[in-house]
Amino acid sequence: MNSLKTIWLAMFLPFLIFGQDCDLKLTGTVIDYHDQSMLPGATITILNSDKATLSNLDGTFLIKNLCAGNYEIEVSHPECSTVFIPIEITEDRTIEIKLEHHLEELKEVEVVGNSTRKQTNSAQESTLKLAEIEQYTIGSLGDALKELSGVSTLNTGAFISKPAIHGLNGSRVLLLNNGVRMQDMEWGDEHAPNIDINAAGKITVVKGASALKYGGDAIGGVILVEPLTVINKDSLFGKTVISGATNGRGGNINTELTKSYKSGWYVRGQVSYKRLGDQEAPDYVLSNTGIQNFGVNFNAGKRTFEMGWEAYYSYINTEIAILRASHIGNTDDLIRSINSRQPLVIRDFTYDLLNPRQQVGHHLAKGLFYKRFEGLGKLSLQYDFQQNQRFEYDIRRGEDDDRASIDLRLTTHTLSTDFKWDANAKLDVTVGLLARYQENFPNPDTGVRRLIPDYEKYDFGSFLIGEYKATADLTFDAGFRYDFSRIDAKKFYITSRWEERGYDQEFNDLIIEDLGTQLLVNPILDFNNISTTFGAAYAKDSNRKLRLNFALAKRAPNPSELFSDGLHHSASRIELGDLRIKSETSHKVSFSWEEKFEHWSFTLAPYANYIDDFILLEPTNVEFTLRGAFPVWSYRQTNARLFGLDFNANANWIANLNTAHQFSIVKGTDTENDIPIINIPAANTLNSITFLKPEWNNFEFSLTSNYVFEQNETPPNIIIFSPEQNQEVELDINSAPDAYHLINIQTQLQFNLGKNNNLTTSLLINNLTNTVYRDYLNRQRYFADDLGRNIIIQLKFNY
Amino acid sequence: MKTFKFLAIFFLAATVFVSCSDDDSGDNNPEPVNEEETITTMTITLVPEGGGDTVTFQSQDLDGDGPNAPVVTVSDLAGNTTYNATIVLLNETENPAENITEEVEEEADEHQFIFEIGGSVASAVATDQDGNGNPVGIEFNLETNTAGSGSLTVTLRHEPTKPNDGTLSGAGGETDIAVTFNFNITQ
Repeated sequence: MNSLKTIWLAMFLPFLIFGQDCDLKLTGTVIDYHDQSMLPGATITILNSDKATLSNLDGTFLIKNLCAGNYEIEVSHPECSTVFIPIEITEDRTIEIKLEHHLEELKEVEVVGNSTRKQTNSAQESTLKLAEIEQYTIGSLGDALKELSGVSTLNTGAFISKPAIHGLNGSRVLLLNNGVRMQDMEWGDEHAPNIDINAAGKITVVKGASALKYGGDAIGGVILVEPLTVINKDSLFGKTVISGATNGRGGNINTELTKSYKSGWYVRGQVSYKRLGDQEAPDYVLSNTGIQNFGVNFNAGKRTFEMGWEAYYSYINTEIAILRASHIGNTDDLIRSINSRQPLVIRDFTYDLLNPRQQVGHHLAKGLFYKRFEGLGKLSLQYDFQQNQRFEYDIRRGEDDDRASIDLRLTTHTLSTDFKWDANAKLDVTVGLLARYQENFPNPDTGVRRLIPDYEKYDFGSFLIGEYKATADLTFDAGFRYDFSRIDAKKFYITSRWEERGYDQEFNDLIIEDLGTQLLVNPILDFNNISTTFGAAYAKDSNRKLRLNFALAKRAPNPSELFSDGLHHSASRIELGDLRIKSETSHKVSFSWEEKFEHWSFTLAPYANYIDDFILLEPTNVEFTLRGAFPVWSYRQTNARLFGLDFNANANWIANLNTAHQFSIVKGTDTENDIPIINIPAANTLNSITFLKPEWNNFEFSLTSNYVFEQNETPPNIIIFSPEQNQEVELDINSAPDAYHLINIQTQLQFNLGKNNNLTTSLLINNLTNTVYRDYLNRQRYFADDLGRNIIIQLKFNY
Repeated sequence: MKTFKFLAIFFLAATVFVSCSDDDSGDNNPEPVNEEETITTMTITLVPEGGGDTVTFQSQDLDGDGPNAPVVTVSDLAGNTTYNATIVLLNETENPAENITEEVEEEADEHQFIFEIGGSVASAVATDQDGNGNPVGIEFNLETNTAGSGSLTVTLRHEPTKPNDGTLSGAGGETDIAVTFNFNITQ
């Protein structure tokens, strides 16, 4: 009866309201119901009309010149069952269509407005789509992620950018590159993820440890970087993006090509190259801040509903020069830098990448196989291999200038398998197992004592997660994970350090060789960690969504937290790990409230994270060497509390004008000592206004304002003795810089170049007003201002 | 049934793969690294002009970047005397000790010792020159006033601005060594 009525309405309503505006637009995204990937190539037909279109590469589609009224649309895709959806159009409308992949199940479809791709049922998540990612081809992954509320970055200069989620970074944030957990020395502050943003088709951020499938230790969260999904049809397509930037006077070129077949076979390749010289602050050149980056990846496989496999290989090689003025000798040099308010070394612009600099190469290879068993579920098996080779070059005396000070090679093998039981329409259960072996080799030829020791690490993990759809509106989820890890290290300690740390009282049985001034020690450390999560999601009429999630996660200390021992010239500090450090435990409660109205929508997402034995690195005392005095930064454990809130709103004011608003704040407290936690991002708000005119070659113009407040909660500064001044002085290393406001603009046009080919031109201006600023989370804030105006021109050919 | 058989084989294969993984840790211990660039010891030999007792100042930090502070030893200087002083830098973590002074000499144009004086010291002035005619300071003259207490701070700067006015702020660059000697001037 209902369907009859719909058809009747669909057929006659357009005529009844004939004479009204007929310039309405229907836009939307077609998504795979199961793996939530964007579906390109789906046919969207408005029944009883001549209007039809195909969804684009990123799954989006647009149908123009619709009259107000009730319609029925047919959505079909070679891999999925065809569905029919009744829809009422009274204004421009955006819908999300989920296509059911299951051939054996009932034809089912959900039409929900604008919800983002979900990795978990009840945790807070955000997604960056291809169009947003493409704006950052010349930047870094971190730059792009900063678009999302609750995500910030810890930077060393412009290109070393570590993502932080809800105030937590480093080993607390897992990065998955096409399903492979990155093993690339994420422990160091100046170690950025080795991911080429040009290879990303979609980036999803899960804020918190709820995505247990990927690991139990994601106290900060999980970032999933994935290439675009290939669809099963006979086609050959590709794109080339060329970008040029004024700041750094360089550019980036990226090109990719995909060949796919209806049978499910596909092959894809992508190459990118980036080269920039010294960056510039508004008032001076930031000497020695250039970059060279080369990335390639290759992908082949066969994907069908019942079975498939994939082989993937990627390699990235990045060479980044580190601001010359940030390399300093001792504490007095640091005091001089902080007080002078401008870099102590300013030279003319150059493309040369001089010391200090780092060069990192990362190989990643993956093989994946899956098979679906009718009426049971899907089994996946994956093996991946990674090798990360890191060189860091310091300013050294004499011939040593070309010899790396740090030369580490990290090799990882991972085997994982999971089985998803989804035969029951209401209940999905996934079980999985993981085994990993990792080896770190620090090359002794550097002539510098090893920063990270030789070690072998074994991991074993298992998980069980389930989702139960209680009613049409309410879904529950729960998960449990167990992880075991063992680190077997061989490390040299200076004898005096061994004694100063008090290890001679507790760990003398670990000594395997005594060389007089140095001791060779063989610690074998085991960690058993349990993580769990449960939550519920409630969705009413797709206009209101409520999610509540609890996650308990434990993270084993990383090698840097355990073994760090030595002088960091770039940071002018002695960093000391501690063999006694144990796992930290986070308890996080998060809630999100999403509401949609006719012309606007908002999401309010507060959270609270209590972390027991939180591992942090902070200045503790001072040690003297012949070089002078150095602050000592030690890892210690304490109890911590993080409270935060993310707010998002979108509004369509008139047909071609919309605005977006974002606000994020997080407060971190060391509850044992009642002091603020170091490196917590300052509150910030991002507001943008966008004007769209599809008739003018898809003209788009947007203006974005980014206001970052001053971080007013920082740990106290430390008092140290300055030999140069011959007195105790306050070392101003924890004070935060002033608030700042940046304005960015972006505009783009699209031109059709014949069938299936088009050209998109964009112009972006970052820091339009050339504002002088420093950011609390940039480690070079002691030495120099942040980046000045940058004009970026981008040409994108789709073919 | 076939399905379960397949699954069973799969998990079994996975387990075997895992248990077979690398076990070659063996007894291959890593070789020790001796810091090649650490300067552990600075010795200043002061020879009075016109004869008298030669005096030695030393700052020695045998554990390098380790927790122990440098040990500074001094002797008394004579008043109203000019000393011809020579600096020797050693890395004593290596055996035999490496003479770092030679490296500084080779790169004299990239290095400079800056002298700061206090108390009854009249002056401390470099007497040697790099290839460009600028002072280096491996050799210097130290002149004392009448009796009292004196101090001498020796700072080695890498990549300073050259030429400069002989002060730390004028020199810039980064600090390789910073040592203060406090001593008595007799007579």
